[in-house]
Amino acid sequence: MSSSTAARSKAGAASRSTAGVVTWLDERLGIGALTKKQLRKVFPDHWSFMLGEIALWSFVILLLTGTFLSFWFKPSMAEVEYMGSYANLRGLHMSEAYASTLDLSFDVRGGLLMRQMHHWSANLFLASMTIHMLRVFFTGAFRKPRELNWMIGLALLMLGIIEGFAGYSLPDDLLSGTGLRIAQGLMLSIPVVGSYISFFVFGGEFPGDDFIPRLYTVHVLLVPGILLALITAHMLLLVYHKHTQFPGPGRTNNNVVGFPLMPVYMAKAGGFFFIVFGVTALMGGLLQINPIWMYGPYNPAEVTAGSQPDWYMGWLEGGLRIMPNWETNLWGYTLSWNVLIPGVLLLGVLFALLAFYPFIERWITGDDREHHLLERPRNAPTRTAFGVAGMTAYALLWIAGGNDILAYEFGLSLNAITYFMRVAIFVVPVLAFIITRRWCLSLQRHDREVVLHGYETGVIVRSPDGSYAEIHRPINPVRAYELTMHEQHTPVEAPAASDANGVPAPAQGKERLRSRLSHFWYADDVSKPTKEELEAAAHHATNGSHALEDGHGPASGNGAHLGIETSGIVGGQDFGLEQKPKAP
Amino acid sequence: MVRKLSTRRRHPLAGFVVLLFALVVAGGLYSAFRPAVADESGKSDAQLIAEGRQLYEVGCASCHGLNAEGIITERGKNIGPPLIGVGAAAVDFQVSTGRMPMARPDTQAPDKPRTYDEGEVDKLAAYIASLGPGPAIPDPEYYDVSEATDEQIARGGEFFRTNCTACHNFAGVGGALPEGRYAPSLHGVEPIHIYEAMLTGPQQMPVFSDEVLTPLQKRDVIAYIKTLEDQTAYGGLELGSRGPVGEGLWGWTFGIGALVLAAVWIANNGVRAERKKP
Ligand code: HEC
Ligand code: HEC
Ligand code: HEM
Repeated sequence: MSSSTAARSKAGAASRSTAGVVTWLDERLGIGALTKKQLRKVFPDHWSFMLGEIALWSFVILLLTGTFLSFWFKPSMAEVEYMGSYANLRGLHMSEAYASTLDLSFDVRGGLLMRQMHHWSANLFLASMTIHMLRVFFTGAFRKPRELNWMIGLALLMLGIIEGFAGYSLPDDLLSGTGLRIAQGLMLSIPVVGSYISFFVFGGEFPGDDFIPRLYTVHVLLVPGILLALITAHMLLLVYHKHTQFPGPGRTNNNVVGFPLMPVYMAKAGGFFFIVFGVTALMGGLLQINPIWMYGPYNPAEVTAGSQPDWYMGWLEGGLRIMPNWETNLWGYTLSWNVLIPGVLLLGVLFALLAFYPFIERWITGDDREHHLLERPRNAPTRTAFGVAGMTAYALLWIAGGNDILAYEFGLSLNAITYFMRVAIFVVPVLAFIITRRWCLSLQRHDREVVLHGYETGVIVRSPDGSYAEIHRPINPVRAYELTMHEQHTPVEAPAASDANGVPAPAQGKERLRSRLSHFWYADDVSKPTKEELEAAAHHATNGSHALEDGHGPASGNGAHLGIETSGIVGGQDFGLEQKPKAP
Repeated sequence: MVRKLSTRRRHPLAGFVVLLFALVVAGGLYSAFRPAVADESGKSDAQLIAEGRQLYEVGCASCHGLNAEGIITERGKNIGPPLIGVGAAAVDFQVSTGRMPMARPDTQAPDKPRTYDEGEVDKLAAYIASLGPGPAIPDPEYYDVSEATDEQIARGGEFFRTNCTACHNFAGVGGALPEGRYAPSLHGVEPIHIYEAMLTGPQQMPVFSDEVLTPLQKRDVIAYIKTLEDQTAYGGLELGSRGPVGEGLWGWTFGIGALVLAAVWIANNGVRAERKKP
């Protein structure tokens, strides 16, 4: 979006109501544009399905506030003498970019509020994209046919990070400059082409006069344009695939149960926009963010304690901070592993892993079917454990990125934190993996218990012969259905090493590996109750004498019937699903 | 002479008293580069030094050695560094901020309520200054910033950002240094002590000699630091002035927290499929 189109949207904001702008954007973001037929589209209701919406609305707020900023911001490195109303900097020489940001903060009415809202919504935009992605990951919503939309989402996240970093660098304050210097260091660390890349990007020596204007074009035109296009594609695919849903009575792989887009979902979504806007405005008005007048103009000779990037780059900063100082000299070139590994490789590895994860999982599990029902995280223990391990590693890097502040606030030793992190980054994620996986499995076991034996009522009865037992009551059928609706996964078996004639099967190494991984993935899953077990359990619950012996209290006749109903539903639905042949 | 102990916490007015007192004393130690030998309350230099030596022997010699030559343990650890040539300014800074006498060996001596009163500090300072030439206690004209102009403050800000923010943070709220050390917050520090800190470079802090920062530039720095203390928090709560880490924390807790709660509320309210009886 160029500043002239940006200006038009701003003018729209002034003349129409805010809702008008929302609709205006909605239409261009793809929801409203799908016109009448699509308005009967159904969306299921779950709070976690609204996380992506936070991101969407934050983006709208970014467009609105960013447009406002672009009216006054001057992306120029020309040196000026500051004469504005912030006394502590008056008379100093600085770039026009920095001076105009000071003007925005102190001399433009509402400018500081807009700057702060813009920055807070950038933080919320990326944070909500991140938790939205985690929701998609942990519920298995990325599975076929949604792999492409998963990758689009990832591209959005990556571009969001780039956009945020570009914005953070625009005002040319001390922290922006320090951040850019690190970014340039990352470029330089790339073997062979590094210095050419840096030279190309900065138009010569760092920082140079070309960079801020270039970055401005990237920040207000290029990246927002691509983001807008990708968000539209993301939404279109969402409508095309239909939204996933959690399993429940009447919710199957072949339908969507929820509300029509018009009017219910639109009302909810539209209302949510105002909540997001309200929270952002509140933060922009009450919480200081990026006080560039405190940092001062960028000067390569200066640094400050508390030089950190915004949170979404914090984990990379953490990698840089805990990396030992390794360098190799090869034929006159210096390979700076200390920058290359945490900066360039870590970033690449994380995004590559995320991008290919749906395909990796699909290959391991051999599951080639379409999935429109979500999985509860506990029912995919290995995936959940990988996710938690990844989050743990990310969090550790985050902490390492703020090590100086941690050390100061809690009176710890900076060096101790660094040494701890160097070990923890390898050990703790593995522990997190093991613990999460076990936790999931015991939750599965618990679900099975609850379905078969009912929930614990906390009521203790004493039988005539003096023994005590707690009464268990069957859970209600809807709940029982939900707890047994998931698929029972079976590992992929390795093909026979040789066929009937003793001829070795080709490519068996790969298949074996896959089988082994698949066993690792699924083999520990707790088998869910079969129809027979459920009926036996229901029978058992009605039979008073048995119940007392093994501690299950006598259930009323009414409850027992509920149990049988449950088994009926579960058997019918669930087994139908499981019998579907697995794709080869 | 019996050592007077004055362990009272400093009164809010103490700053002014110190200033007044310093103004009186200043008459006696006008030359900035001569080792300070104060002629206090009619006593001769020699008398001050002698009394200072007595105070020193009681309170400081256990760590710094009987003749201020310093004490180093067998394993090379520094119980107390030599004080010969550190100057009166170092003594005034260390003792008036309560850093000395150090309570127990530690990585860094924190500031605490002072244990020596003004007169005793002057005696100690006179004694140490007599051992070798070092920076003297500065004259008030170099740290009195009550009449600083905007221009001086802005210039001081530049010097502050170039020389101090790396350790003390852009807002002067302090920061961590390697090996468990830290640069303390500068908020609430007396102007004279800021000057002396620059002059003597306690601990990890470099010495900012008059060639690096002239006395007038030092005064500008002090003026800027003082404006940081009572500057309006433009834009709202400062979140600790710790930069983006604090902001990220608030964004994730307050921002995302509030929005997720709102999402839960919206999803659970209004028409809802589950509400219908199965
Ligand atoms: C418990 C031991 C201990 C006692 C008692 C002690 N000091 Fe110190 N002193 C130290 C150590 C250790 C250092 C160096 C570390 C520091 O500056 O924090 C030091 C540093 C100093 C310095 C700074 C030296 C420099 O190079 O700038 C001065 C001045 C000083 N002490 C004066 C005194 C005076 C005066 C007393 C008595 C009132 C005293 N100290 C009592 C341990 C002690
Ligand atoms: C290399 C890091 C570093 C730099 C740069 C630095 N300081 Fe310090 N500063 C310290 C440390 C460490 C201490 C604590 C010394 C101690 O506790 O003995 C300190 C202490 C101080 C104190 C005493 C604070 C108190 O609580 O009494 C003042 C005042 C001070 N510094 C001012 C400055 C000024 C002004 C500058 C810039 C001209 C500056 N410092 C530059 C590290 C630094
Ligand atoms: C995905 C969307 C966006 C993100 C993540 C983002 C992020 C940021 C950030 C973090 C800053 C630093 C702000 C500060 O604290 O001062 C910034 C500045 C800026 N942004 Fe954006 N932005 C986005 C979209 C836009 C758009 C669409 C525009 C204009 C049409 C825009 C215009 C500006 C301008 C002019 C500045 C510099 C002014 C200033 O720093 O005060 N931004 N952006």
